[in-house]
Amino acid sequence: MLLIPCPWCGPRDEIEFHYGGQAHVAYPEDPAALSDEEWARYLFFRDNPKGRFAERWSHSAGCRRWFNVVRDTATNEIHAVYRIGEPRPVIA
Amino acid sequence: MTSRPGEVVRFRFDGRDYEGRRGDTLAAALLANGVRRVSTSVQLGQPRGIFSAGGEEPNALVQIETPFPEPMLPATTVEICDGLVATGLPGKGRLADRPDPARYDTVHAHCDVLVVGAGPAGLMAAAEAARGGARVILADERPAPGGSLLGTAEAVDGLPGRRWAAERAAELDGLADVRVLCRTTVFGHYDDNYLVAVERRTNHLGAAAPATTARERIWRIRARRVVHATGAHERFPAFAGNDLPGVMLAGAARTYVNQYGVRPGRRAVVLTTNDTAYPAALDLAAAGIEIAAIVDVRQAPGEEWARRCAERGIDVLTGHVVTAARGAGELSSVVVAPEDGGQARDVPADLLLVSGGWTPVVHLFSQAGGTLRFDEEIGAFVPGDTQARDVRLAVEVAGSARGVPTLSGCLRDGAEAGRRALAAAGFAVPDQAPPPAVEDEPAAAPARHLWLVPAADGDGDDYREHFVDLQRDVTVADVLRATGAGLRSVEHVKRYTTAGTAHDQGRTSGLLTSAITAHALGLDVADLGVTTFRAPYAPVSFAALAGRDRGHLHDPVRVTAMHDWHVARGAPLENVGQWKRPWYYPLDGEDMTAAVLRECRAAREDVAMMDASTLGKIDVIGPDAAELLDRLYTNMMSTLPVGSIRYGVMCRPDGMVFDDGTVIRLAEDHFLATTTTGNAAAVLDWMEEWLQTEWPSLRVHCTSVTEQWATVALVGPRSREVLAGLAPGLDVGNASFPFMTWRDAEVAGIPARVCRISFSGELAYEINVRSWYGLALWEAVNAAGVTPYGTETMHVLRAEKGYPIIGQDTDGTVTPQDLGMAWVVSKKKADFIGKRSFSRADTVRPDRKQLVGLLPEDTGRLLPEGVHLVEPGGTRALGHVTSGYRSAALGRTFALALISGGRERVGERLHAAMGEEMIPVTVTHHVLYDPEGARRDG
Ligand SMILES: [Zn+2]
Repeated sequence: MLLIPCPWCGPRDEIEFHYGGQAHVAYPEDPAALSDEEWARYLFFRDNPKGRFAERWSHSAGCRRWFNVVRDTATNEIHAVYRIGEPRPVIA
Repeated sequence: MTSRPGEVVRFRFDGRDYEGRRGDTLAAALLANGVRRVSTSVQLGQPRGIFSAGGEEPNALVQIETPFPEPMLPATTVEICDGLVATGLPGKGRLADRPDPARYDTVHAHCDVLVVGAGPAGLMAAAEAARGGARVILADERPAPGGSLLGTAEAVDGLPGRRWAAERAAELDGLADVRVLCRTTVFGHYDDNYLVAVERRTNHLGAAAPATTARERIWRIRARRVVHATGAHERFPAFAGNDLPGVMLAGAARTYVNQYGVRPGRRAVVLTTNDTAYPAALDLAAAGIEIAAIVDVRQAPGEEWARRCAERGIDVLTGHVVTAARGAGELSSVVVAPEDGGQARDVPADLLLVSGGWTPVVHLFSQAGGTLRFDEEIGAFVPGDTQARDVRLAVEVAGSARGVPTLSGCLRDGAEAGRRALAAAGFAVPDQAPPPAVEDEPAAAPARHLWLVPAADGDGDDYREHFVDLQRDVTVADVLRATGAGLRSVEHVKRYTTAGTAHDQGRTSGLLTSAITAHALGLDVADLGVTTFRAPYAPVSFAALAGRDRGHLHDPVRVTAMHDWHVARGAPLENVGQWKRPWYYPLDGEDMTAAVLRECRAAREDVAMMDASTLGKIDVIGPDAAELLDRLYTNMMSTLPVGSIRYGVMCRPDGMVFDDGTVIRLAEDHFLATTTTGNAAAVLDWMEEWLQTEWPSLRVHCTSVTEQWATVALVGPRSREVLAGLAPGLDVGNASFPFMTWRDAEVAGIPARVCRISFSGELAYEINVRSWYGLALWEAVNAAGVTPYGTETMHVLRAEKGYPIIGQDTDGTVTPQDLGMAWVVSKKKADFIGKRSFSRADTVRPDRKQLVGLLPEDTGRLLPEGVHLVEPGGTRALGHVTSGYRSAALGRTFALALISGGRERVGERLHAAMGEEMIPVTVTHHVLYDPEGARRDG
């Protein structure tokens, strides 16, 4: 079970969190202006990398806040945690 | 063996009474009584004996009958107690046929250093970590600390190893920040050093177990650093007949003699590939067991061992192998031959000790993500670099778990691992203490890694008696069949042969399986590798994992303020999410069908009431509340006047219906949204997700108020009259209190919010009061002569009107348009969640499944949910029934269904396929009752 450092509450067990998929997939500014394919990409297409991945988590059984995590999908190492709206940190 | 010291314990095995000694395992006690056949193998039905002295046991599985039935326990781990009744496992085990009365519990713990294994290395690691001030947990699966010292009886610091270990562990346990857990198996090492262990607290006490003590406890431990001092398991080579009772690991035989004072046989042959079988043979000889010969596959053993054997008069046959073990049902002789050919001899023996070397127990290390490397010296996989770039484990491995061969080495290695863990956990490391003193350790001669003893001509040369996995009855022939079938991966060989998939997870045989596979493929086992190690390391009962989360504590139960009334009225309860809701209220002699028809008639023809408190209620407040709701609902909420109510639907961005309910405008900046009963939490989460992640600038707060309100639905043509009587101050006229508006009023003297909402098509009200007035309101309404109805009648009434239930008539692939509710989708709003998807090619397909009504031609025939519909004579499923009921109002049965191109099929005749039977039905519009909506205003 991961130990996830919530930006508001500190490190807590994974069981307190809900996963929210890839981060930085913004709701399109004007969906009506998108082609079917562009809209379908927003709806259905997500990255699935082996390695570092910016993803959303919600501390659903804690402070109920959403935040972003950069996690290595191969090792589960968490490289960064940051608040919604903040840019993805640059990690060496 | 009756001369063994200790307290006598009486037990029963396979229908016979025996005596053992306190502290015996069942295996030790059986051997003491001369019982050699313990179980029957699962595939071949072969008799099997006791092969090991620990949790790695592949053979001696037993079924416990008393104190409580439990299947598949290794006799080598069951501690005997008075009154124990067990039987040898006849292949498969049997679960208890009655509920387990024992309690199980869970402990959450944190520590700086967790040490797994209280052998020489683990004790030293824990002692060093504790000396540096760390919070330490030391866990060991056996009843006593000491690990290998228990079986080898080597001395440490001038004390018998067992005593030295007990004293060290007691010292540690006396420290405030150290916890020593015996009978505790760490079975899983998960991410971020989260380890799970099971502690067996009362099994060894039998009937004397205090009822107030949990039988087992699951420990969930988060550790800064972990020291794996998990030891090593002895392995064996494959040779013909190696499954016979009487064949035993050399170290295990040594343990029976030293730890339990039990002689596992009278005359033994020893087959070995390394030096460690020599002290075992010498200990057995000292205990009075005749050692017929040591068969060493090497050209020479360590010089000191050869000397001690000569001194004792033990014959050492170097360059020899055991080509077969023989006997009818158990071992009676051993065939010994020079490896390079030559005359074979049949040596009478009832015990054959085997040692093929020692395999480090790397299960937890591997589970934690550690990679393994092959160590040529010990001929086994050992933990690799813990600090490799893509691994970086907060783990140290110590002692024989990483291939350290000697006691002195393990003691030193453990202390060093403890110090490394201490430093890594951020503690100052104290000055090094001198290592404990041990006896002289003879210089070891190199081991030889022999996996397979080729069969002698005509004697087991089909390799069907060369066992690889004893518990799964997998032989060398089976492995060869797998490689012959083209399998190249050891993972595939495992699945093809089932080797390594039994109770013992191939602890003594996993490496052998890989080695035989590699041999067959002409590869090096170092390159082929071993199969993945997965948790749990040892079997764990579901009862232990469930802990206290059983029975009524399994899941929270939610009830409304009126619950006791429903129960007192004899209403069966329906589970809706975590809620218990009254299903129907049977009168004397009524069955469900009669009760529901009566309740439906009351609602349609007279007046009826339902407890609607479980509907989710979310308070949405803030200057941008209307804007948020406009974005989430498909229809317009910002234009709703204060005092009015609007029905709304929420979709996912893909356009599929997610939830529905009503929205009440309480003030310019204040709404109350209701949700379906089962979806309340999900809708609140949904609102929060959009607010926090996409629209943080919206000034809105969303709060669940479901439990703050109790709601009574008052339904039927006489509902206005009843409400007027209960609320004399409320103007209930249709013009002054129209449909889809709400009013504050006093109802039965209780402050209430009355909403004119209908989920039945009838004139209806929902009276909301603070939840603690719920029962008073309910009783007052009921006293006005109103018939109570439950969820089943509610379902029938809404279905007659074609109102879908989200999650019953929809499944996440249904749009509002599919439900015939295009009217709820705003054309005016520039955007809302889901809007863009309504113009996707997929959502405008004319053959989408659409909600329709179905009328069976046999008007008494009820269609169950899920039944598929086909064209007469056709086979393609057009869709399925989502709801089916008997209707009092229609005087017949009916159903709702999702059918491909359903609206175009109205009037068509289809078949509902019930197995072989085809039930003719006619497709209708989904609104079957009062399609003009004439009954709404009473
Ligand atoms: Zn938090």
